[in-house]
Amino acid sequence: MAEQKIKGYQTGTFVVGNRLLDPEQRSTQARTERSNTLTSGHRACQGCGEALGARYTLDAAMRASGGKLVAANATGCLEVFSTPYPESSWQLPWVHSLFGNAPAVAAGVAAALKAKGREDIRVVGQAGDGGTVDIGFGCLSGMFERNDDVLFVCYDNEGYMNTGVQRSGATPPAARTANTKPVGPEPGNVFGQGKNVPMIAMAHEIPYVATATVAEPRDLEQKVERAIGMRGARYIHVFVPCPLGWGAASEDTIRLARLVKETGIFPVFEAEHGELTAVSKIRRRVPVTEYLKLQRRFSHLFKPEPNTEVLERLQAGADRNIERFGLLADDEGADFPGEATDLARPPEKEQGPPPALVEPDTDSNTSMLLKETHGKPR
Amino acid sequence: MLEQLEGSQAVARAVAMCRPEVISAYPISPQTHIVEKLSDLVRTGELEPCEYMMVESEFAAMSACIGASAAGARAYTATASQGLLFMAEALYNASGLGLPIVMTLANRAIGAPINIWNDHSDSMSQRDSGWIQLFAETNQEAVDLHLQAFRLAEELSLPVMACMDGFILTHAFEQVDLPEQEQVDGFLPAFEPRQMLDPAEPMTIGAMVGPEAFTEVKYLMHAKQLQALDAIPEIAAEFTEVFGRESGGLVRSYRADDAETVVVALGSVLGTIEDVIDEMREQGVKIGALAIKCFRPWPIDEVREALSGADRVVVVEKAFAVGAGGIVGQNVRLALSGCDSTVFDVVAGLGGRPITRKSLRALFDDVVGGELEPGGLHFLDLKTDVVEREIGRNQNGRGLGPHAENILRDIGTVASDSH
Repeated sequence: MAEQKIKGYQTGTFVVGNRLLDPEQRSTQARTERSNTLTSGHRACQGCGEALGARYTLDAAMRASGGKLVAANATGCLEVFSTPYPESSWQLPWVHSLFGNAPAVAAGVAAALKAKGREDIRVVGQAGDGGTVDIGFGCLSGMFERNDDVLFVCYDNEGYMNTGVQRSGATPPAARTANTKPVGPEPGNVFGQGKNVPMIAMAHEIPYVATATVAEPRDLEQKVERAIGMRGARYIHVFVPCPLGWGAASEDTIRLARLVKETGIFPVFEAEHGELTAVSKIRRRVPVTEYLKLQRRFSHLFKPEPNTEVLERLQAGADRNIERFGLLADDEGADFPGEATDLARPPEKEQGPPPALVEPDTDSNTSMLLKETHGKPR
Repeated sequence: MLEQLEGSQAVARAVAMCRPEVISAYPISPQTHIVEKLSDLVRTGELEPCEYMMVESEFAAMSACIGASAAGARAYTATASQGLLFMAEALYNASGLGLPIVMTLANRAIGAPINIWNDHSDSMSQRDSGWIQLFAETNQEAVDLHLQAFRLAEELSLPVMACMDGFILTHAFEQVDLPEQEQVDGFLPAFEPRQMLDPAEPMTIGAMVGPEAFTEVKYLMHAKQLQALDAIPEIAAEFTEVFGRESGGLVRSYRADDAETVVVALGSVLGTIEDVIDEMREQGVKIGALAIKCFRPWPIDEVREALSGADRVVVVEKAFAVGAGGIVGQNVRLALSGCDSTVFDVVAGLGGRPITRKSLRALFDDVVGGELEPGGLHFLDLKTDVVEREIGRNQNGRGLGPHAENILRDIGTVASDSH
C-alpha cells in the first residue's frame, strides 16, 4: 500500500486517515481482511455505540488471535440485536447463557480449552454495564481473582437499555432513566458512591485493565491487541453511547464518546497488575456541559433554568478525575494509584514484542500524533 | 475391587474414572467430601487432563460447566440444597441448551429454617428444570449411577443429576465395588459433543428464540426426556453386562408381585422400608415396595404397571409441595389414573428426621388396617403437641416471633434426636 509522511498540520485536525499511516499501523477496521465478526444485518439502533464497540473489539481480537477466538455473551442488547432466531450476526463461535454469568461461562470455556490443549484459542467474555457492574459482578470478581485466561469486555452505555432504559450501577448522577425520572426534589439519578469497575478490576491486580471509547477505535484496537497478547484475566471497559437511552442524536455517538473523555468524565487509561501505566491525555479540555447538553437524559439540568448546583457537582467530579489521573497534556503524571507513564511501558513487564504503536519511533506518523495528543512519553 | 469407603470418596473416584475434563464446584455440606477428593486427584495428577475450578458460587459453578460443556469438554459439578437453588437459573439454561453436564446432588433440606440434614426438597424443587434425575439407594448404586449418568447425558445431549442422600449415603462407610478404569473406558466412550464452540466451524449457541419456535424447542426437550425412558433401561442393562451387577434403571419392585399394599419411595430409605416389608411378610401381610430410580423423566408406564394391581399405594416421600401435598404422590396418582388403587401421601424424614422401622411399621399397619385417611397429607412422626402449642400461641396476638425459635424454645434443644 502507498505510504506517505504527513504532518498534523496537513490535516488541520488530530485525525489522520488510515491511508496515510504505515500499513502495519492501519486500523483493523480499515483492512480488507477485517473479519466482520459482528456482521451487518443485525438489529441494533441507528448510531448504537455498543454495536460499534463490539465490532471494533472483536475484529481486533480476531486479528490478534489469528481467527482463533470464542466469545461468551451476557444477555442484553448486544445478545438480542445480534441473534434473533434463526439469524445470527456472529461470525465466530459464540455462546449466550444468562444475564449474570458471562464471566463464569467464559472461564469455563477457557478451562475446557486448557484441558484439551487448545490454549491457542482465545476467549472473550462480553456484557453491557448491567451484566458487568451489577448482576454479573460476582462472577466477574471470581474470574479476576482466579486469574482465568479470559479477556472480559464491558460495553458501558450506563443503563439497562434492553429492558427500557432503567438505572444501573453505572448510570451517572442526575441522569434521567425510566426509574430515575426528573421528578421530585432530586430529579434524575442520585449522587451515589459510584462503582468504578475498571478500578475495582485494578484492585484485583489482574495482568491488564484498560478503558477506551468508541471515539478512538485505533486506541481501542491497540488495547484489545495488547490484551490478547497476554494471559490471565484481562478487562477492557469501553464507553459506548446509547442514542435511544440517552436521548441523543444518532450522529452524535462518536461526538459524545469523544466529549466524555475530553471533559474528564471518563478517564481513558491502562493498568497492569494493579498499577496505572498509561493515561490518554485530554486534547482540548471542555466543560461537562458541552457533553451533557447533547443528551435529553440531562435536559432537566438546563431548563427551565440551569441547575447550577448539580452542574457544578458534575464538573467537580470530572475535575477530580483530571487531577487524579493526570489527564491534562502538561501533567507529568498522575498521583494515583501508580505513575501515569503514558504509553511508556515498564520494560520488565514486556511480554513478547510490543505493539508497534508503543515504539518511540520519532519518524513515525503515529508517534508524532501520539506526542501531540497524548503528551510526551516519559 | 471391594473396598470399605465413605460414599463421597467412592463417588469421587467413580467420577474421576469417567475422566471429566472440567470440574467446577463450590463447597456446601454434605457435598464437600466429593469435590475435595476430586481436587486431590487433580492436584496429584491422578486425574488428568482436568481443570478444577474453585468458583465463587454455585451459580458460577454451573455457569462454568455450561461454558466448558459448550466448548466440548466433559463437565462435572456437585452441590446440595441452597446451592442447587442458587444455580437454578443456570440449571434451566444447561438443559435448554442441551448440554450433557453431570452433577451429583447430595440431597439436603432447603431453608428457612436453615438445616443441613437430608431430605429431598432440593431435587424436588428442580424437578421441572429439564434435568434427568436419578436416585441412588446405596453407595454402590451412587457409584454405578455416575458411570451411567455420563453415558446417558452424552448419548442424549442433556444434563443428568445423580441424587444421593446427604450424610446418610455421602458420609456413610460401606463396602463398595469400584470398577476398573478399563471397564469404565469400555462402557463410557470419549465425549463427542453434538454442538461445540469451535473456531474451525463457528456456531451460535444460545440465540434468542421468539414465539415462532419456542414451543417447538421446548417440545424437543420433552421428546428427548421421553427418549431417555428408553435409553435409561438400555444403559442399565449394558451396565449389568459389563460390570455384572444391577444398578439404575427406571423402577425396581421388591416383593410386589402379589402385594395388596405397595410402598413407593426414592433413595436410601428403601433399605429400611424393605426391612419392615420383610418383617410384615413373615407375618403374612401382602406388602411390597416400588423404588423410583428415575424421577425425571417420570416413568409413568412402568409405575402404572408396577402399582395397578395394588389395592393400597403408600408414597413415602422426603419432600412436599407446601400448600398442595405430596410431589411424588401427585405423579403416582397421574400414573394410576383410572385404576382402583388408593394412594396415601406420607411425608417423612424432613430435615434429617430419622425414618425408623418402628414408625414405618406403625404407618404400614395403619394403612393395611384401614386406620389412615386417604386423600390427606400425613406427616410421619409429627410432634402434634408442639405444633398445636405454636398454633395456639398464634391465636393470642401479634409480634410473637419466628415459629422456628418458638418451637426450639418449647422443645428445649436443637439436637436432632429422635422422638
